[in-house]
Amino acid sequence: MEAQAIFDTLKGKFGDAVVALQSEGFSPAFVVVAPAAVNGIARFLKDDPALSFDSLMCLSGVDYRDRLAVAYHLHSMKHRHAIGMKAFLPGEAPSLPTVDDVWPAANFQEREAYDLFGIGFEGSKDLRRILLPEDWEGHPLRKDYKYPDFYHGIKV
Amino acid sequence: MVGNADLFVNWARKSSLWYLLFATACCGIELMQAGASRYDLDRFGAVFRATPRQSDLMLVAGTITHKMADRVKRLYEQMPEPKYVIAMGSCANTGGPFYKDSYCVVKGVDLLIPVDVYIPGCPPRPEALIDGIMRLQKIIMQKKNYGAKA
Repeated sequence: MEAQAIFDTLKGKFGDAVVALQSEGFSPAFVVVAPAAVNGIARFLKDDPALSFDSLMCLSGVDYRDRLAVAYHLHSMKHRHAIGMKAFLPGEAPSLPTVDDVWPAANFQEREAYDLFGIGFEGSKDLRRILLPEDWEGHPLRKDYKYPDFYHGIKV
Repeated sequence: MVGNADLFVNWARKSSLWYLLFATACCGIELMQAGASRYDLDRFGAVFRATPRQSDLMLVAGTITHKMADRVKRLYEQMPEPKYVIAMGSCANTGGPFYKDSYCVVKGVDLLIPVDVYIPGCPPRPEALIDGIMRLQKIIMQKKNYGAKA
């Protein structure tokens, strides 16, 4: 299914929760969705027989300076088509529902986005830091991140 | 007489440098290669050990992150005396390619534990590693264990 057709299907089902289609310069194209609706849309994308996006290829955090985003890359093994899904979040206390009940593989990637961007995933099975030590302060891939001078007495 | 005792002890120590099997990055591949049949570290009496309690030498082969730093220190403290450390490769020497603009990499393992020999390279070839071990053997041969302290 083409990106425009997927977008139309989602728009018909979810209405205002599906905001826009970003196809210019993106491959696959991105469907921009409202953060609160992410879990429902993800469930539909996976379970609908015509879509059946059974593989979450990648889940990443993005920092646009004025706002953050979470980008999902999806692929269907059955239909051999792909789509992106993106949810924009405010820079202050960003948070959106988890998708680890839809794709269990999302858990590690959500933990990574939480660790490095400070994005919260509500209802997550296990949201802890994954790369950095438990007692690390701050989220290093944020553009406004300030390096600490010392960590456990060692110069950074 | 004392000199002969030193000579004997040092000779025994330098000829049985059992090293800790401890690789944190790509230098570990060169370390494995140095231990394998082509370069054969065994001929210097250097055999890998899987536990710090049986090791004399810690080869820090690879990048040390701040998360790993506590573990490195603990492994070093678990080794029995006398113990030696070789920093292998740019990351263990200075932080290497991560020296600038990295929040997570320790800029040299000598910030954590005392280092006897530094081996440059990214990663060093097995010949360079063997050279580093031979230099450490020379250092060990100069130690004064009995009588006057060196």
